[in-house]
This record gives sequence, structure tokens and C-alpha cells, in this order.
Amino acid sequence: MSPVAWALALPVVPAIAALAGFLVPSAARRTAAGVGIAGAAAAGVVLFLQLGQEIPELPDTASSTLDGPVLVRFGDVAVTLSAGVSQLTWWVAAIVVLVALLVQVYSVGYLLKGDERYAPYAAQISLFTSAMLLVVVADDLILLLIGWEVMGACSYLLIGHDRKLPEAPGAAVKAFLVTRVGDVGFLLGILVLGFHAGGFRYGDIAAFMSESTGTTIFTVTALLIMLGAIGKSAQFPLQTWLPDAMAGPTPISALIHAATMVAAGAYVLVRLSDLLVKGDVRIVLGVIAMISMVLSALAALASDDLKRVLAWSTVSQVAYMMAAVSVGATATAIFHLVSHGLFKALLFLGAGAVIHMAKTNSMERMGGLRKGAPVTFWSMTIGFAALVGLPPLSGFFSKEHVLSGIYDTRGQTVLFVVGLVTALLTAAYATRAWLRTFFGETRTEGLSAHDPGAWMLWPLVVLAVPTVGFGLFAGLTPLLHGKTHPTAMGLTMTAVAAGIGLSFGIWRGDKAADPARALGPLQRVFARGFYLDEVQNALVVRPVYFLSRLARRIDVSVVDGAAEGTGRGIGGLGRLVAIGHRAGIPRQVVSVLAGALLIGAAAVVMGVWG
Amino acid sequence: MNAVLLAVLIVPVLGILAVAAGAWAGNRRLGAVLGTVFAGVGLFAAVALGFDHSGRPWTRITEEWVPQLKLSFDIGVDGVSYPLVLLSAFLTFLCCLYTAWKGTERGDALIALLLATNVGMLGVFVSYNLVLFFVFFEIVLLPMFAIIAGWGGPARRRAAVKFALYTLLGSLLLLVGIFVIVTQAGTGDILALTESGGGGLSRGTQLLAFTLLALGLAIKAPLWPLHSWLPDAHTEAPTVGSVILAGVLLKMGTYGLIRVAVGVAPEGARQAAPTLAVLAVVAILVAGLVCLAQTELKRLIAYSSVGHMGFVLLGIATLTQAGLTAALIGNVAHGLITGLLFFLAGSVKDRAHTGELARLGGLREVAPGLSGMLGFAAIASLGLPGLAGFWGEAFAVYAAIQRDQTLWTVLAVLAAIGAALAAAYLLRMLRLVTHGPPGEAVAGMSGTGLRAVEVTSFVPLAAGALVVGLLPFVVQAPIGEAVSGILQAI
Repeated sequence: MSPVAWALALPVVPAIAALAGFLVPSAARRTAAGVGIAGAAAAGVVLFLQLGQEIPELPDTASSTLDGPVLVRFGDVAVTLSAGVSQLTWWVAAIVVLVALLVQVYSVGYLLKGDERYAPYAAQISLFTSAMLLVVVADDLILLLIGWEVMGACSYLLIGHDRKLPEAPGAAVKAFLVTRVGDVGFLLGILVLGFHAGGFRYGDIAAFMSESTGTTIFTVTALLIMLGAIGKSAQFPLQTWLPDAMAGPTPISALIHAATMVAAGAYVLVRLSDLLVKGDVRIVLGVIAMISMVLSALAALASDDLKRVLAWSTVSQVAYMMAAVSVGATATAIFHLVSHGLFKALLFLGAGAVIHMAKTNSMERMGGLRKGAPVTFWSMTIGFAALVGLPPLSGFFSKEHVLSGIYDTRGQTVLFVVGLVTALLTAAYATRAWLRTFFGETRTEGLSAHDPGAWMLWPLVVLAVPTVGFGLFAGLTPLLHGKTHPTAMGLTMTAVAAGIGLSFGIWRGDKAADPARALGPLQRVFARGFYLDEVQNALVVRPVYFLSRLARRIDVSVVDGAAEGTGRGIGGLGRLVAIGHRAGIPRQVVSVLAGALLIGAAAVVMGVWG
Repeated sequence: MNAVLLAVLIVPVLGILAVAAGAWAGNRRLGAVLGTVFAGVGLFAAVALGFDHSGRPWTRITEEWVPQLKLSFDIGVDGVSYPLVLLSAFLTFLCCLYTAWKGTERGDALIALLLATNVGMLGVFVSYNLVLFFVFFEIVLLPMFAIIAGWGGPARRRAAVKFALYTLLGSLLLLVGIFVIVTQAGTGDILALTESGGGGLSRGTQLLAFTLLALGLAIKAPLWPLHSWLPDAHTEAPTVGSVILAGVLLKMGTYGLIRVAVGVAPEGARQAAPTLAVLAVVAILVAGLVCLAQTELKRLIAYSSVGHMGFVLLGIATLTQAGLTAALIGNVAHGLITGLLFFLAGSVKDRAHTGELARLGGLREVAPGLSGMLGFAAIASLGLPGLAGFWGEAFAVYAAIQRDQTLWTVLAVLAAIGAALAAAYLLRMLRLVTHGPPGEAVAGMSGTGLRAVEVTSFVPLAAGALVVGLLPFVVQAPIGEAVSGILQAI
């Protein structure tokens, strides 16, 4: 098989599983679950077989081995089925496939029993997996866009899955629309770039960049594409959809909102990092990353909903990846993407187990859950520790690399300091969530802690292993292993220790109360995400609805009114003329004679002149 | 091949005769079945036309008819018309099948009218003579009027009259435009006029002719602000009427713009293009906004057509190969997707007895199959990449960018924003219809499963939207070089 076929096999295999899954009758839930698991597992086999191929270390834009057949041609530009895998992108595909497989397995325990719409649910996960893998392997940006948007559509379907949650449909629509706003920019950026480069492949764009001397076109397209990435990755100011998306079933949160979809934005910017350099817009990305990481870390610190804490933490951690891209540390960004995918999936799946026993997302009603649920407790502990960045877990290495990368870049002091502050806040909110969930006394009567069944338990165990070991392993891989800086490491560890100490100290004062009370009135502001939802409503949603009502009124009264009015006017005119023709015989005779006289006169006149 | 081409036009006529024979024999059921069979044979003939990549007509019949009027029986197929010939035959067959199988009241007569409409539409797509084009263009009007007036909703009379009068106005403008060309150039041969860049007509005459032709065709397409016949007609028409109206009839306007208006008056097109493009983008935005405030299912889908056709018109207005290719693919995609949407809206209204969004809701709880299909169609309609609607719309925007001038770039940006609006109103529609607890009209629905007749009509359209989305070259391949022939004078 050609490299293109090898690469395309990755998205095609789960796509087949998705198609098969959609055809499974809804009563055959177990079959549907089996098809979903088989699809993800088969993608894993493809990944494994790819190891036997010769794949380049980094994405290769110069060679034409990735050029696939033409999909469609519009004038002199063609969309091609170009795709390829490099060692760097292989890691991203691997985390996608691993999490997808575990989510399929976990869902059997989480949802299968009481859900008659399980069959389409499993198929949608397969389609989602396929779409993300297409984003990863696509070498043609239009092809990438297909994966990019199909992923958005699947997230819409999956977030809206839960029928018992009245807020789920709204959250689903919001997730799709907010990212779609970013995608307007994404599409325009790709189209403009493709027009100037004469094609949509990374190679075409690289060639265009090396030929062209101007910068404006690159600045504009880089900003447009960045807008799309910001939407997908839930970065400021398009982060509003992600916390609401927690209305989706918890395994979906693990799949979409930790390991894959939000990572897609960071991934695309890694692939197009040369464009960001050429367009001179990395500073913009850096600023967005700074705002996003602090803002969401503060929101995570104040939120009472366990899943929302994790959601906000995703925004914050993806912002680290964006920060790494903004200083040119692209391999480091991928390193953090993979390690974050591992520990965040572990945290979400663990949170699913917690929610399963507590029957609520609210940490106010949890507490003391470590007794009786050792697997859940320890896997969540490992996940939180990795999130905080405790050595030697994967999150420690990747976060150190990001911060060292920033530290090593001259003139990025502000970004580095903000990164440190975020590390402190991360340690604080993770510690708070961990203590509130598992320690102290249970705050709900009759709540007994217990581990979930095997379907949900084993994915936790399987994920815990690489969450611990991946960082050490990656240390042996020169590709992902960059330089760590002793000063940066020392400062980071100090910040982390301070964050943990702060939360723990406040919690020790009153083990039943929320440590976030120390924030005072700010807690409410943070928990509401700085009221940016309200801002978004006031600035975008309500004006659009106002315009739409106005447009409808004008369309009915003015545009259609003119047409109807013309019709009525002509009808009236006709009746008037008809009345004019209604007359007695004497007047009719007079008119006929007058007419004849007129025609005769005209004939005479014309005869004289003619 | 010439015999096949003739068969494409004649088989539907034979179908009408078969229906008449059935009615004369007192067996209307037989008539309906026979009509459907003939529609199927017609589809088979259309497929059998085949295609090549030459960019020239691969089948053509030329016979003198009334030379004094410059009317000749000059028909043929090339890459520009072939996708639409297939679409027309395909949708007509599905609609006949749906009508016959469902046992619609006076179904045989409805089938005869559908076949008559099909003859007119096919004739429009295959005409290479201006006067013949006009004759076929007019043939469509009466049967469609009868379909709306005879089988439509409560306000069908009004809607039918409005449809007939409004589009008749368009036809008059079209006729004047055609005679301006025919008298000045001394020929009605569209291909010859295209090759000679407008038959040597002066700039002024070309602009006049293009304006008249474009106005006439724009009413059919429809172009904002000449669209207001459409919501009433689509909403009141019976399901199959809406499917044919949206699926094929509107394409007579856009096809005519490409073939006739741009083809025979290229200089006029060049001058009028910016105006056309601005109106097209206004249509995209206004239709998007109106849909967002729409409260009735069929009316919403009808208005969405104005927006989708806006993208097609934008593609045409760019007068580039990319733009025309996008427009032609967009035509086919819209025919498949909106055809499916109207079928589904019909099924919802048949069961819930209302299309009011406020009274629907929770469809996925009560009728998951129907709801799933509606979800698929809506997502296809919002232009999701990987489904048919994407290619025409995204590359109409691309073609505008390709013009590389400020006005066109602004239009491209606005059109892209319009595409986001489409997502907003379609998801709002889905949320109101499929999500949440069942609304009163949905809760009382009977026969919630998809019927065999529905599956048979919906699945080919859904499959078509998927195939064109994943493998767009199946539509683009026959179009190929044909559009460059139309653009050679520009």
C-alpha cells in the first residue's frame, strides 16, 4: 500500500464501523456496542501496522509521496485525497484511538442498559473517531476541513444525547454554533490560502510561503485560521461552549472535550506553525493563550460542578499547548497534547464513576468517597496529580517542557509568569476538587461509595498506566523530548507546591466547607466564567435574533407587500376599466362613432404627411 | 444516442397517455402504476445518455421547425445540462413512485401532471434553441399550477395564482429578451451565439438582453427580492409538488442564467455580474435571518432554498470556471437535499397534522427513524463538509475570492457568514422539532415508524447526498470542460 493509503486507512476503518453501526437496528444494542469497539480496535491494528512502515519523523511537506488522487476540480484548483503519517502525528492518532476504544468500552457499562438510543450513540462515537483521525492524517486542508466539521456535527449529536437533561439540546446547539463562528474564519482562511497557493496541500502552502515576499496575505490567513482553531479548542473568546457541553454523557466528555476535538485546534496550529511565523501573528496566539489559561483556571477554582472543573481545566491546559505553539515549541505542544489526552480522559472517566455513585455532579454533595471505591479514588488521584504536574507523572514532563520552552525563548517573560501563575492555580483547583470529592465526611445522607462494574473499571486502570509512565517513556524519545531548564523547573515546582499548600491549608480549617469560599464574592464571578456568556448573548445572540425578526417583518411587509400590492393595484385598475366599459347602448354607440372618427382622422393625417 | 435523447422527452408523454388510458378504462390505480413505470423508463433513458469529457454536446438533434420565428427543434446534452437532466428524471420518478404507492387521492392525475412538468423541465435543459427553450419553459407553468391548486394545502388557490402570475411576469421578460437577441442576431442557436460571443451584438444590446433574460430567469431561481412567490407556493404545494418545485423547477432559472443569459450575452453578463452577485449575497443573508425567525416547518425549508440558491447565483455571477462548476454542483446538491427535506416535512405534517414548530418537538422520542432522517437532511442542508451541500457553497465563496477584488472579497466574507447562519436556523429547527419532550402534536402521532414507501423515497436521496458529498467528482466529471465553453467569450 502507498503511504496515502496507509494514512487514509486510519479514518476509513472507524468510518466503516460508523456506517455499519447506523444500520444496526436500535434493539440490537449489544451488536452496536460490539461494532463500535471493533471499529476502534481495528484502527488500533492499523496504527500498529504503521509502525512497520517507514514514516518520517516530522510531517514532510516537500515530498509528493502524500499526494492522493483528485477528489474534485474547480477551475484550476483541485481538492486531493492527500494524506500522510509522521512519527509526530502518529502519537496524536494513537491517543485518539486509545481514548476512543476505552470510551466505547466504558460506555457499555455507563449507558447501555437503560438507553434505547445506544446504537446510534456508539455509531456516532465511531464517526467522531474517524473524523478526528482524518484531521490528523489529512494533507489537504479541504480534506482536513471535512474531518474538522464532521467532528463538530458529531459533538452536536453526542452532547444532545441525554434526553433527561433539559439543558442538553441547547448545549449541543451552542457547541456547534460557537465553533461554527470560528469556522467561518477557518474556511475563509483555507480558501484564500488555497487560491494564492494554487492548491490546498500543506506542500502547496509551504511552497507559496517560500516564494512569496509579502506578509499581509499570511497575516490575514493566519488570523482567520487561528479563529477556527480558537473555536475548536475553546480558547478565549470562544470558550463559552465547552463548560455547557458537559451536558453530554461523561464518556463523551472524555472523548470530545479532553483528548480529541479541543486538541484539534492546537494540532492544526502545530501543522501550520510556519504560517504563524510568516504572518507574524504568534504574539496574538500568545496573548489568547494567556487570557484563556488564567481565566479558565480561575473558573475551575470556583466551580462546584466536578465536570465543569474538568472542562475549565481543559481550556486551561489546551492554552498551554497554544502557548507552546506561540513560542515555536511545536513538538512540545504535541507532547502536552498527548499527555493531557491521557490524564484528562482518565479524569473524566473517573468522574463518570464518581457521578455514577453520587448521582450528582455537585461536589457540595460528595465528600468522603475514597473509602469503598479504591480504584476510582486512586485513578482519579493519579489523574489529578498528572494535571497538577507532580513528578514523575506524564503531566509533569509535558508541563515542564512547555514552561521550559517558554522560558528559553527570549522576551517571553510575561507568558512565562502567566504560565507559572496558571500552574499554581491548577494545583489549587485540582487539590480542591480532589479533597472535596474524596475526603472529609460524606455530605449526602445514605451515599455509599463503591467502584463501578468491570466495563467502567478496566478503562480507568488501562489509562492510569500511561498517565504514570508516558512522560518517562517520552523522555527516551528524542522527538518529544525537548530541553528542560532547571530554573524553570524549580520555579514551576514552587508554584505547584504553593497551589497545593493554599488549597490544603484552607480546607484543613473546615473540612466540610468549600475552600473556594476564600475567594469571597469573586467566587460567583469566576464560577460563571466571568459572565462571558451574558456578554456573548448581549453582543451576538440577541442582535442576531433582533435582525432576524426585522428581516422577516420587512420581507413580508415590504418585499412581498410590493408584489402583492402590484397585484392588487392591477386588479383594481382592471375593475376600474371594467366599470368604464359598463354603459348603456346610447353611450356605447357614441363611443364607437367617436372611435371611428378618430381613426379616420388619423388615417387622413397620416395620408397627408406620408 | 439520438434515439435515447428523443426517448427521454417522449417516454414521459407516453406515460401521460398511459394514465389517460387507465382513467378511460376506469382503472385509475392501473393508470398510476403505468405512469410510474414510464417515469422509471424515462429515468433509465436519462442514465443511458451517458457522458464524455469533451466539453461538447455528445448527443444533438437539429431539425428545422418554424424558420420564420427562428424556432428549430434543436436539442442535445452536454456537461452543463446532463446532471440536471438526471436530477429531473430522478426526482420525478421518486415523486411518481411516492404518489402511486401512497395511494394519494386522484393520484393518477397527479402523476400525469408530474410527468408533464418533467417534459417541460427536461425540454428546458436540453434545448439548444432560444425559442424552443422558451416554449419548454412555459410548458412547466400550467401543470405545476394545477398541482398546487389541486392537491395543495388550505390556501392553495391563492398560492397557485400568485405562483402563476409572478412567474408569468418572469416569462414575459424572458420572451422579450429572447426576441431582442433573435431579431438582432438573426439566429436562435444558443451554441452558435455562445461560440461567437453573443453573435456580434453591441455592448448596449447585450446589456439590455442580459438584463431582461436575467430578470425573467431570476424570478424562477429565485433571486432576492423577486422571491416572494416561493414561500407561499412551496408551503401550500403537496409534498411531491414542493419536492419538484425546490428540487428541479428552481434550477430552470439558474440553468437558464448559465446557458442562455451568460451564454448568449456574455458582454452583458460581464457588466451586470457585480449587481447579480450583490443581490445573491443579500439573498443568502436575508434568507438566513428570515429562517431564524420562521415558525412553520415547510415555510422555513422554502426560505432556506432562497439562501441556497443565493450561493448558486453567487457562483454564476463570478463568471469563472470554478464559480460555474460550484453553481452546477450546488444545483444538484440542493435538489437532493431540499427534495429530501420536503419529503420529510411532508411526513411530519402527515402525522402531526401541523407544521407549526411550537406545537412539534420531541420527535426523536416518538418517531426515531423519521427524526434521524430529518437530522441527516438538516445537517446536509447546513453545508457540512463531506455531504453534498458543502462543495457548491464553499467553492462559490472560493470563486468570489478568486476574483481578487475588494467587492468580491467582501461578498465572499458575507456569504461565508451566511453559511454560519444556515447552521443556526437549521439547528434551531432541529431543536424545536426533534429534541425535548414530545409536543402536543407529536405525542398524538399515529404510525410513527417509517413506512416502506417513505424509506424507498428517502434513502436514494440521502444516499445521493452522501455520495456527492464524499465523491464530488461524480457530478463534476461530466461538467468538466463544458463550462469553459460558456465562458470563452468572457
